[in-house]
Amino acid sequence: MMTIKETYEAREFKTVTEVSGPLMFVDLKGKGGVSYGEIAEITTTTGERRRGQVLDVSKDLAVIQCFEGTSGLETKDTSCRFLGETMKIGVSQEMLGRVFNGRGVPIDGGGDIVPEKILDVNGAPINPSARQYPKEFIETGISTIDTLLTLVRGQKLPLFSGSGLPHNMLAAQIARQAKVLGTDEEFAVIFSAMGITADEARFFRDDFEATGALDKVVLFLNLADDPAIERLLTPRLALTAAEYLAYELGYHVLVILTDITAYAESLREVAAARSEVPSRRGYPGYMYSDFSTIYERAGRIFDRKGSITQLPILTLPNYDITHPVPDLTGYITEGQVFIDVGLNRKGLYPPINPLPSLSRLMKDTIGKGSTRDDHKYVADQLYALYATGRDLRDLVTVVGDESLTETDKKILEFAILFEQKFINQDYHEDRSIFESLDIGWELLSVFDDPYRVLKRIPAEYIDKFHPDKRDKKANFNSVDI
Amino acid sequence: MTSSEQIGIIDRIAGPVVQASNMLGSKLYDVARIGEEKLVGEIIKLTGDIATVQVYESTEGLTPGEPVYLTNAPLSVELGPGLIRQIFDGIQRPLPVIREKSGDFIARGIEISGLDHKKIWDFEPSVKIGDKVTGGDILGEIPETPTVDFKLLVPPNINGKLEFIAKRGDYTIDDTSATIVAPDGNKIDLKFYQEWPVRQPRPFHTRLPSNVPLITGQRIFDTFAPIAKGGTGAIPGGFGTGKTVSQHQLAKWSDAKIVVYVGCGERGNEMTDVLREFPKLVDPYTGGPLMDRTVLIANTSNMPVAAREASVYTGITLAEFFRDMGYDVAMMADSTSRWAEAMREISGRLEEMPGEESFPAYLASRIAQYYERAGRVMTLGSKPRESSITVVGAVSPPGGDFSEPVTQNTLRIVKVFWALSKDLASRRHFPAIDYLLSYTLYWSALEDYYIENVNSEFPKLRAEALALLQKDKELQDIVALVGPDALPPSEKIVLETARMIKEDFLQQNAFHEIDSFCSLEKQYLMLKTILRFYEKASDLYRKGAIVTDIFNHDAVVKIARMKYIDRNEIETSLNELMKEIDGLTSQQFGMEEDN
Repeated sequence: MMTIKETYEAREFKTVTEVSGPLMFVDLKGKGGVSYGEIAEITTTTGERRRGQVLDVSKDLAVIQCFEGTSGLETKDTSCRFLGETMKIGVSQEMLGRVFNGRGVPIDGGGDIVPEKILDVNGAPINPSARQYPKEFIETGISTIDTLLTLVRGQKLPLFSGSGLPHNMLAAQIARQAKVLGTDEEFAVIFSAMGITADEARFFRDDFEATGALDKVVLFLNLADDPAIERLLTPRLALTAAEYLAYELGYHVLVILTDITAYAESLREVAAARSEVPSRRGYPGYMYSDFSTIYERAGRIFDRKGSITQLPILTLPNYDITHPVPDLTGYITEGQVFIDVGLNRKGLYPPINPLPSLSRLMKDTIGKGSTRDDHKYVADQLYALYATGRDLRDLVTVVGDESLTETDKKILEFAILFEQKFINQDYHEDRSIFESLDIGWELLSVFDDPYRVLKRIPAEYIDKFHPDKRDKKANFNSVDI
Repeated sequence: MTSSEQIGIIDRIAGPVVQASNMLGSKLYDVARIGEEKLVGEIIKLTGDIATVQVYESTEGLTPGEPVYLTNAPLSVELGPGLIRQIFDGIQRPLPVIREKSGDFIARGIEISGLDHKKIWDFEPSVKIGDKVTGGDILGEIPETPTVDFKLLVPPNINGKLEFIAKRGDYTIDDTSATIVAPDGNKIDLKFYQEWPVRQPRPFHTRLPSNVPLITGQRIFDTFAPIAKGGTGAIPGGFGTGKTVSQHQLAKWSDAKIVVYVGCGERGNEMTDVLREFPKLVDPYTGGPLMDRTVLIANTSNMPVAAREASVYTGITLAEFFRDMGYDVAMMADSTSRWAEAMREISGRLEEMPGEESFPAYLASRIAQYYERAGRVMTLGSKPRESSITVVGAVSPPGGDFSEPVTQNTLRIVKVFWALSKDLASRRHFPAIDYLLSYTLYWSALEDYYIENVNSEFPKLRAEALALLQKDKELQDIVALVGPDALPPSEKIVLETARMIKEDFLQQNAFHEIDSFCSLEKQYLMLKTILRFYEKASDLYRKGAIVTDIFNHDAVVKIARMKYIDRNEIETSLNELMKEIDGLTSQQFGMEEDN
């Protein structure tokens, strides 16, 4: 039996009826035969070829979203050929160390890659019953993250940041330092740039190069001056490559996606061009579902070696966490790392504020055998005291510090030390989890009566781990203690 | 679902919505199979011979001109033995079977039935030939799990005389279980399962008042804002406030016989968490694994949006089936906002005139219809049974703002409001339920239950604790302005006691072996101990003791540890502690100078 597609051989049309915003409308002359989601190749009057994708199709009309912009298209001679397939990308182990543009074409002068497999860029949802619950601790060497917001293999943990904040440095540092204790498995980093500047992209590339990691990195670059609609494609290409490396070849892949806010704006642009009914702040109502098709591609699968860990970066407009982009992201991702403008102003690096931050997968990951037995309690205690310290700081600005008790004064002092010694660390400083926990203990030992003040730590843990009480001969740099 | 001869033709495809022509004669909400891959879809609009179909699978690659097959049947689920312990997608396809067929990623066009038609079940009849039976009657039982017996029911609207009933023995669900001769002489063969359309509520005899609490083992719920069996509740909260953990806690510890948990448009790993954890957890009421009473429906956020819309209906239909067997059922939907968003997305594709925040105008009525399927009822049948469905829906308001349409429309319907608070969550006060904002409308109906089954002074203690929390809120506003030193000692006692209620009673550790579940008896004793200490502290202060000293006493440390005491020892321990508190005298403390 002939399929519908074969019946319509003539799949090239010169009947563009309208070009508007990122969309092009093609009259199919009642011949139909064009599939939803099919890729179209557009040839401009100057012979330039561009790619687009069918967003809406009937027998008479196809609406095409043009990834590479619509400038230069017209309604007389522009031709449009439908390629009979949905968006696919050829993937290969050779992609490691290579640089691609936002639609997957190599731009490092190294020639085309020979695909080992050709995959649909949208992937398919992982069957929830095939998912393996992520519980392997990734040591990033950054105290605040490792101790309070543990990153887990297969997690999606976004950085909520804003303009002028050092989220790129932090992401690069994580990519450079991330490791799983006691293992020596293959890792790879996939970097998907959406609408960031050439400077920012160069920063990442130089950083990977300086550490000699470039041959383990794949870069997909859609920069600020590249076509905005192409951004909708870039993360999907990156994640398809990541899935191949992780689930077929067994790599542990860290995917950095930056900047999700720019991606969301492209989504809004297409929705507006189609005159869709807008939801909050003009973003389309399906933005949550669309985000999920990116974020939910992180994870681990039973009986497959590799994993995909995602580190999306969002620049919050006006540092507003209720903006739809961070809001919908937070509902899908497994926590968030909040980069704080106030801490940044104090000159602290990395300016991560632990209070609005969260790692949902932390509880099952930390503890004896994985990090250290006291981890949970130290984390709870540091968090609680820092929260109290910040509250007291606000109170003192109103009523002065005379009314504070001695303990409260100590807590204020603790909060300052916590910011300077615990949160603050060098861009090249790689602290082990044991060092981080011990810095925490160091700060907690400013209190004279630990059993009363350190309410979140059971007494036996204070006896065992408190710097003044611990067994000096024991090895505290061990997951077994 | 067999395809008929009639074939429609795809005219247009836009996202999950497909328009097809030549569809004359199809009915609204009938299932249609779309394209050569036979994707599952449901007809949601008819105009002349053109049908608009929402498709439960990805539509990528569909082409106008491809065929549409009619099934002439509405979206239905199979109701029979084998539902429990299973995990389904939004249209009742078992995910482990999908995995066997298509691997770790979900492919399209997979046609599998909800129940295992090959599995052998051990059936024991409880009726005999010649008996008169009517819709809702129990014909026999199958031990489905060690703790749940499946009851074979006569489908509603069928009655007559039994001409045949299967003998005790092993059967598949396709075997004939019974033959009923209807009054008009027609013979009806029954199998061991029945089909039911998900959008149609299953009938029952009468509604009963909701006056028995659903015990959840969570102190904030059971003591301050209890829900009744057959009641409705909502948990709205922004991300990171603990909606899912709260829902999981309810699924784990509610004293319902059956739990139906619908993961509607949420994270894949959360469902994995349930699948990993529930088989290991012990049901406090039966001693068996929790999985033995649980049915899971998982339509994660990245799975097709139309199936997400259907998933809550699939869930409530399964719940109704267990209710009809005579069981108390608890159904959790996480999150109803994603369900509402699925409606919005489909509505947008239909180019319907939008209502508030571009949700469809029928949002409120759909939410109301859904929650109305909850309730405590007398079932159909000649020997009716009392049973119930309690429905708790999580709501995910954008930006944590409760004024948005899904939260507001839900609150107009449900009778219990458990408000999650970002502020409490950021203080790591978990469960982060705002104890002042939350409410229950069932208290007056449930009060008697607490008096009879827990203690006659329970309502008094509860009221007293709530009053202290309210007073604390007022005082905290003053403290924020002028500092704690400005308060007189008597008010410091209120602050300290309220702190005890908040930290030592309301905060409950979901991940602690003992604290995760707290019996009503233990809740009562804990609250009583705290309030006993409050009374004593007020008394000591009147006799001149320094307030700070009183709250530095060892008894306070013991109160903080109450929650971790095993339930077998709780009565002895707390009675001892209360005796210790009663024995405190003002001589043990420093005295205020002006006294």
